[in-house]
Amino acid sequence: MMVQLEWYLILAAALFCVGLYGVLVRRNAVAILMGIELMLNAVNINLLAFWRFTEPAAATGQAFAAFVYAVAAAEVAVGLALIVAIYRNRQTVDMDQINLLKW
Amino acid sequence: MTQLVLFVIFGAITLAAAIAVVTARNLFHAVLWLLLAFFGVAGLYVLLEAPFFAAAQLFIYMGAIGVLIIYALMLTRGVMRQQVPLVNDQWALVAVLAVALLAVLSWLFLQHTWPTVDQAVGPDSLRTLGEALVDPGRYGFPFEVASVLLVMALIGAVTIVRER
Repeated sequence: MMVQLEWYLILAAALFCVGLYGVLVRRNAVAILMGIELMLNAVNINLLAFWRFTEPAAATGQAFAAFVYAVAAAEVAVGLALIVAIYRNRQTVDMDQINLLKW
Repeated sequence: MTQLVLFVIFGAITLAAAIAVVTARNLFHAVLWLLLAFFGVAGLYVLLEAPFFAAAQLFIYMGAIGVLIIYALMLTRGVMRQQVPLVNDQWALVAVLAVALLAVLSWLFLQHTWPTVDQAVGPDSLRTLGEALVDPGRYGFPFEVASVLLVMALIGAVTIVRER
């Protein structure tokens, strides 16, 4: 019995939902970033699964996955720099206390 | 059959590690679980016959991003030592919503008939990818934009954390 496309999609959806839970629930900013990484990985599994099962001869799915890698690297570098800068100013990375822009 | 067993193994590793990431009390343990989740995803890429992405997953995610997150954690260490709850007060609602989203997505995936083809990956799939990425008529321009984005992120990160 072969592994079907649906299984990869459901696995990626589960990974995405776990990451979403982490992003919405965690209070530490670094932990929120970890949730975002999980969600980006779920997206990449989806892209490569669609590439493998619907169009393995074309390069489209792989190219998009490569761009997701580049964006993820940029995102994590800037995000962590922001967190360190916030920590330097406010002495906290607790998202419930970072409310300068809230009215 | 082997493929099925490997899919179940790597999928279970990925999901279990991901759940440990969002529930671990110690954030350093959470990072280690995150690295294990990345490893599981790399195994899935091998099963999807994308060895380039499996290697990139190991280098970029487990290597670069993992080390970067550990650095950020160390630089902001001690802030969550006091006995505060790790999660905010909407965790029950979010858990229900996440499970509901998973249920809806799974139902959609199983209901739809996907136009899959039973075709093997060619031996030169990596060559096809490389040529597509630098071909000006295909992904050459987005590729250059991605390079600019990475340089901007590099400069931006240095600018943001620079001591003034």
